Amino acid sequence: MRHIISILMENESGALSRVAGLFSARGYNIESLTVATTEDPSLSRMTLVTSGTEDIIEQITKQLNKLIDVVKLMDMYECAHIEREMMLIKVRASDGGRDEVKRLADIFRGRIIDVTSNLFTIELTGTSDKLDSFVDVLEPSDIIEVVRSGVMGIARGEKALRI
Amino acid sequence: MELTGADIFVRCLAEEGVEFVFGYPGGAVLPIYDALYQQDKVQHILVRHEQAATHAADGYARATGRPGVVLVTSGPGATNAVTGIATAYMDSIPMVAFTGQVPTAMIGNDAFQEVDNVGITRPCVKHNFLVKDVKDLAETIKKAFYIATTGRPGPVVVDIPKDISTHKTEYKYPRRISMRSYSPVTRGHPRQIKKAIELMLTAKRPMLYTGGGVVLSNASKSLTEFARKLGYPITNTLMGLGAYPATDRQFLGMLGMHGTYEANMAMHNCDVLIAVGARFDDRVVGNVEKFCPTARIVHIDIDPASISKTVKVDVPIVGPVDQVLKEMLKLLKESGETPDAAAMKAWWKQIEEWRAMDCLKYKQDDEVIKPQYVVETLYKVTGGGAYVTSDVGQHQMFAAQFYKFDQPNRWINSGGLGTMGFGFPAAMGVQFAFPDETVACITGEGSIQMCIQELSTCRQYSLPIKIINLNNGYLGMVRQWQEFFYQGRYAMSYMESLPDFVKLAESYGHVGMQITRPADVEGALKEAMAMKDRLVFMDFLTDKTENVYPMVPAGSGQNEMILV
Ligand SMILES: Cc1cc2nc3c(=O)[nH]c(=O)nc-3n(C[C@H](O)[C@H](O)[C@H](O)COP(=O)(O)OP(=O)(O)OC[C@H]3O[C@@H](n4cnc5c(N)ncnc54)[C@H](O)[C@@H]3O)c2cc1C
Ligand SMILES: Cc1ncc(C[n+]2csc(CCOP(=O)(O)OP(=O)(O)O)c2C)c(N)n1
Ligand SMILES: [Mg+2]
Repeated sequence: MRHIISILMENESGALSRVAGLFSARGYNIESLTVATTEDPSLSRMTLVTSGTEDIIEQITKQLNKLIDVVKLMDMYECAHIEREMMLIKVRASDGGRDEVKRLADIFRGRIIDVTSNLFTIELTGTSDKLDSFVDVLEPSDIIEVVRSGVMGIARGEKALRI
Repeated sequence: MELTGADIFVRCLAEEGVEFVFGYPGGAVLPIYDALYQQDKVQHILVRHEQAATHAADGYARATGRPGVVLVTSGPGATNAVTGIATAYMDSIPMVAFTGQVPTAMIGNDAFQEVDNVGITRPCVKHNFLVKDVKDLAETIKKAFYIATTGRPGPVVVDIPKDISTHKTEYKYPRRISMRSYSPVTRGHPRQIKKAIELMLTAKRPMLYTGGGVVLSNASKSLTEFARKLGYPITNTLMGLGAYPATDRQFLGMLGMHGTYEANMAMHNCDVLIAVGARFDDRVVGNVEKFCPTARIVHIDIDPASISKTVKVDVPIVGPVDQVLKEMLKLLKESGETPDAAAMKAWWKQIEEWRAMDCLKYKQDDEVIKPQYVVETLYKVTGGGAYVTSDVGQHQMFAAQFYKFDQPNRWINSGGLGTMGFGFPAAMGVQFAFPDETVACITGEGSIQMCIQELSTCRQYSLPIKIINLNNGYLGMVRQWQEFFYQGRYAMSYMESLPDFVKLAESYGHVGMQITRPADVEGALKEAMAMKDRLVFMDFLTDKTENVYPMVPAGSGQNEMILV
């Protein structure tokens, strides 16, 4: 089962390595991880996508909570939430293919942010699934480069991860 | 007033009430040693290897309940300390280890004696810090002691770059500290406690499984009262020995891989298991699938991550053992309810039948000294009142099985990491804490050689430790596994070229004895114990092929024991 775990932690130099170290030491997997400071510069917010059985997820959240730098965390899976990921993708677009790539980008509400005579660079946001689908519809040999931000999540409504 | 980092360091330790710092100097900590030299509040103990500094601090902590303090230099000083830090981590022992670091401007340059100590120790500490500004030093030290000693205790490392010790700042030691990211639980949830009591009282075949958390929580008295009130059978893990008086009838001995038949059978057959400050280690549980097949389980532990980690439990209670047990006792007294007397009678009858197997029996021999006999005799000669440290191996198990601890904090051994070399330096820490008590280190000829250099430290500080070397000429625990599971192919488990331990002890200025005959065991022990102010190294030549029984082979059910 895939889980999105959001973590508020002290914005200290070693904090990220404590989380990463925990996952490698205990053999948990990380599908993606993003981190940046919040509106309060003393706090960072990390979003981590992982998967495992319910028992493993329970251990993961307990072990994360045990880290001294972790202030608070939330398993997005337990509440209604919104998830977003951003992708920058560079694709070959020359002659006949040019219109087709543009059309696909429009369908996925992507924005073309850089153009050359035979390339488009497209910016796309959405769930990871949506990004995957976009990649799938493109001709593999046309894809030159893919950059993904990793997933971010936020709870819907009043619920919030804050101190 | 402005003080240097080094002076601040020393003042902070004094504020924390630190009596002893176990350490070893070097370039990166010279300013701190200079500050230590110029004061007399905190005593520095010079060991002969940094590993021993950590074990000594650890032994001190286990015996006193107060944090052990270590000071070592950067690079090799810090890496030598890692084994001892990991040892303390696995057994949840409060320790603060200060490591020197190269000056801040040189960090990351592969400078002389630089290692990323925060990185190296990260997986084996409760927390660690790199101090980057002398203004943060006092608060960091305060935090280090606070984290090490509260909640589930553990080692904290504070890495101090050399320039931080020489920089100056205004000194103020924080009285109190609060951290938004760290707030250990101080009370168990009342509803869970009530639920647990209700479940316990329905039991027909209850069992108390108690561990190191009882010792760490200083809850021995509460546990004893609680167990006696209910009349339930009780077992201790290796880490919990002494938390409940071993000579009491309700006590079934240690459980687990080398636990007693009665303790393991009672575990396997119980219908309600009450786990108290114990973490369901694999040396206890064996095969998770076969563990306590008919039991509903209550688990009291201060660390939520210990709960349902390996074995799923029915009623978890997150909180300090002492507070939770006191609350339970109060509820029991108020309700006036008592266990099912008829069921208890039948259960005890069954247990007594198991106990009658006398699973720890061994054949006494006229020619060869049995290791069990030495421990039994030590128990007799010391009246059960000694502090006993041990190393790792068969001798450790014999010590656990045959020395009956009636008090907590007296049995000091490395359970989680199983660190050979632990016992002797740990005994030094205990002897510093209790200069007038008998401190015995039960060890093997393999283990003792891993920190043998500390004979020199003991000479310098006149520590009258009694070393009981159960010398079987083998890495006995390894030999036993090879006999049982590798068809007797004894790869590298025979110890050749042993030193003459008597001469070795004497060369350090201690007393050495070699005991070869069973008839001399008691007399020799008495003679050694009478030498109150001398370290005595007692080299007992014991049966080379004795094994530890019972044994639950790794991965088996608790009822699947190899008996003598
Ligand atoms: C050669 C060898 C053989 C061994 N054989 C055995 C054996 O036969 N039997 C055996 O039992 N062990 C054996 N061990 C030891 C084993 O490896 C474990 O170290 C031991 O079983 C763990 O003991 P414990 O469960 O009491 O946990 P500990 O490691 O003592 O952990 C304490 C638990 O209590 C909790 N705690 C701490 N403080 C508090 C508090 N204030 N309030 C509440 N909870 C708290 C902690 O969170 C933790 O979960 C052996 C080790 C070696 C080296
Ligand atoms: C540092 C370290 N290295 C290796 C081991 C593996 N080990 C466990 S018990 C043991 C043998 C110990 O021999 P000895 O000290 O003579 O004790 P005995 O078992 O003979 O009583 C070994 C090698 C260990 N526990 N610790
Ligand atoms: Mg041996």
